Amino acid sequence: MNAVTLDRRTLLAASLAGGAALTFDARIALAAAPGAEPVVLNAFIRIAADNSVTIGAKNPEIGQGVKVMLPMLIAEELDVAWSQVRIAQTDANDKLYGPQSAGGSTATPNNWLPMRRVGAGARQMLLAAAAKRWSVDAATLRTDAGKVVDANGRSLTYAALAADAATVPAPDLAKVPLKAPETFRIIGQPVRGVDTPRIVKGERLYGIDTKLPGMVHAALVKCPIAGGTLVSVDDAAVLKLPGILAVVPISSGQVPKGKNDALAIVADSWWRAHKARDQLVVHWDTAAQAGFSTDGYAKQAAALLAGAPQAALYKSGDVEAGLARAAKTVTADYSYPFLAHATLEPQNCTALWTADGKLELWAPTQSPGGGRRDTAAMLGIAPEAITIHMTRIGGGFGRRLMNDYVVMAAQVAKALPGKPVQLLFDRTDDLRNDYYRPAGWHRLTAGLDANGAIVALKNHFVSFGANGKPQRAAEMEAYEFPGPVIPDVHYGQSLMPTNLNTGWLRAPTSNAVAFVFQGFLDEVAEAAGLDLPELLRRTLGPPRELATDSPPAFHTGRARGVIDAVCRFANWTGKPSGTPGKGRGFGFYFSHRGYFAEIVDLSVKDGMVAIDKVWVAGDIGSQIINPLNAEHQAQGAVIDGIAQALVWQPVVQEGGAIQLENFNDFPLLRLDMVPREIAITWVKTDFPPTGLGEPTLPPVIPAIGNAIRAATGKRLRTLPLQVV
Amino acid sequence: MAITLTVNRQKRTVDAEPDKPLLWVLREDLDLAGTKFGCGAGLCGACTVILDGQAVRSCQTPIADAAGKQVVTIEGVAALPVGKKLTEAWIALDVPQCGYCQAGQIMNAAGLLLHTPKPSHDELVSAMTGNVCRCACYLRIQKAIHLAAGTLPAGAQA
Repeated sequence: MNAVTLDRRTLLAASLAGGAALTFDARIALAAAPGAEPVVLNAFIRIAADNSVTIGAKNPEIGQGVKVMLPMLIAEELDVAWSQVRIAQTDANDKLYGPQSAGGSTATPNNWLPMRRVGAGARQMLLAAAAKRWSVDAATLRTDAGKVVDANGRSLTYAALAADAATVPAPDLAKVPLKAPETFRIIGQPVRGVDTPRIVKGERLYGIDTKLPGMVHAALVKCPIAGGTLVSVDDAAVLKLPGILAVVPISSGQVPKGKNDALAIVADSWWRAHKARDQLVVHWDTAAQAGFSTDGYAKQAAALLAGAPQAALYKSGDVEAGLARAAKTVTADYSYPFLAHATLEPQNCTALWTADGKLELWAPTQSPGGGRRDTAAMLGIAPEAITIHMTRIGGGFGRRLMNDYVVMAAQVAKALPGKPVQLLFDRTDDLRNDYYRPAGWHRLTAGLDANGAIVALKNHFVSFGANGKPQRAAEMEAYEFPGPVIPDVHYGQSLMPTNLNTGWLRAPTSNAVAFVFQGFLDEVAEAAGLDLPELLRRTLGPPRELATDSPPAFHTGRARGVIDAVCRFANWTGKPSGTPGKGRGFGFYFSHRGYFAEIVDLSVKDGMVAIDKVWVAGDIGSQIINPLNAEHQAQGAVIDGIAQALVWQPVVQEGGAIQLENFNDFPLLRLDMVPREIAITWVKTDFPPTGLGEPTLPPVIPAIGNAIRAATGKRLRTLPLQVV
Repeated sequence: MAITLTVNRQKRTVDAEPDKPLLWVLREDLDLAGTKFGCGAGLCGACTVILDGQAVRSCQTPIADAAGKQVVTIEGVAALPVGKKLTEAWIALDVPQCGYCQAGQIMNAAGLLLHTPKPSHDELVSAMTGNVCRCACYLRIQKAIHLAAGTLPAGAQA
């Protein structure tokens, strides 16, 4: 149960909105703590005269299906038919709507109760309005698909009651009754994406599709080495070209204040602005960054691994003594590279600076709040002076949790008051100016007792950071399983510097650490004469929550549940396939509140790996809200994991600069690498529903590595997995 | 330079540099933003349109090469019988996640079905491998094409 949502006292206030139309807005106020001033949040529900109900979708839609999921929660408790529902994307305004972001698979756990209460509170108000109209006790009334019905079957539509309902005193949202799950009519039903019919017609939905009267276009010229700054620019030739309007120095926010690390060429057409880049003469200062390279990182990592960790992340007992006592030890090194996000819609943002010193943004961002904060700081304006319209987003995967493109577009707009300007990266800009998934190196040692139980575990993790502080996403969970259940444990970390910006890639840290730990545990299982599911069962022990300093806690019973479920589902025997080149592998991981166990069948021929089938067992709590989308998200995440395991190539850096040009250098997974089937089974447990954007991804990566071991005898410990 | 072409059955004349890609003419000059920019190098397929009956990458097609030709974009694809079937299948199976690549997927699939109305699975995979879906909606993409073509394997749910 999410502590934040439960602890908040909620209340509903109503106000009449609009003129002739019978509409009302359900306004919610959440007080953070008793006695604190309520923060007024906005209207999610509008009822029209034709009894259609428009529901506001408050979070950014990056393909995770949230634009349908959150309104489903409201509609369920409002008790309307889904066919009555229209969905409208809200603007970004966390004071009105509460937190609005797409990250960490948080939309479901953070909104499961609050959004249902929005609907339930509005339903209470409609019931009260009907009771008054009919002079009956509201308790004798019920609702049904957008109507209030009395004991004799007399009914009124919500539309007929809306104006009266808007004047009813608001109920306390914390106390409004919610439906029993067995009476759900929308939650749990397959619901299609609200924008799908528009997508297949090519309608303007995405940030890049924003079109405003008088809009101009900006192409980016960014310092090719992250952290480098602008020394001089000669734009005389560019400014003579047809259609070119301006060359504007800007900052990505990645260099000290007052310095610039980019230029925007502004023209009447993006094509013209982009083409003009060749004629711009720019000098950058990159002296401080030119020494960073992929090879250099690998050498430093080897040196760091050879020494003691710079810092302890987690300690229990005495690991050296535990290893010395062990009947058997297993040691292995694992590593993984920097990765780009490669959202298919390149980074872009449209901005308009108005004469009154206000800024309007049309931004495909996963974090509009971050965009507002960063832009206000960069421009030196109040956050309230910024209006953010949230567009549909052509892929996020964590890239758009960072708002460099928003900040840069805003600076260009400020230089051209009154002119809407759209800044658009080309693919090379996008690949070279990412917030990369950081590379990492691990040296692990496990000690087994005479019975094959893990009694000691050591992990030295090398990644990036400075002054003892890891960079963004260059971290790992201190209480990483199985640390908390092993007597003698030491997890340590060592850091080295980089000039690259690092960031969160779908299932951040987990996408790498799952590969390392579940791959290593497969080796440990082998040494113990067990298969990995059996080693995990023995290590997990009885059902309980394990200690942690960063909830949610790991529940061993839920882990056991999905491990057993996937083994039954795939008829796992732990025995070799008996066919040369065919292998089966297992992986389990807990991340973003979700428990997933996955089994992969694959074939290896001439060094090429083909994934034949993947089985998934997932526990994300008591309820799958939209099964049509849940299946799709899980399948997509599995394929995304296959890409990380087998297809994506390391992002290479030389002389400080990222050596990527386009998708030829950073190949993406295509249809020919897709398994013929990804079968999913949901393990329903009595826990509140949690998110699904990420937790399916991590376990497939070690499952593939472990299956390659089974098929070939080769243990691959570096991503991407290369058989030859 | 004035260039005339037919887009979604309408004659259109644009004034553009001859090397300006068809993609950018569609998006900037013809108010047809459904065709998407993904890589600008013919590597992702997001910009796919049908040019004189062939699926092409519009980012790699200078507008001069499209002069006098017939272009079909996502905005007009439902006017083709295969396009209508494909878009209906896309909705029925709820294929998109983020949806950004889907115009290119549908246009490339339309190009396939125009020439190979009943593709085998291998023909389908081979034809569609140039189109990237970063959300990896591939299982539904291939199923939707089979559904539109009437080649969905027996037993597969529609």
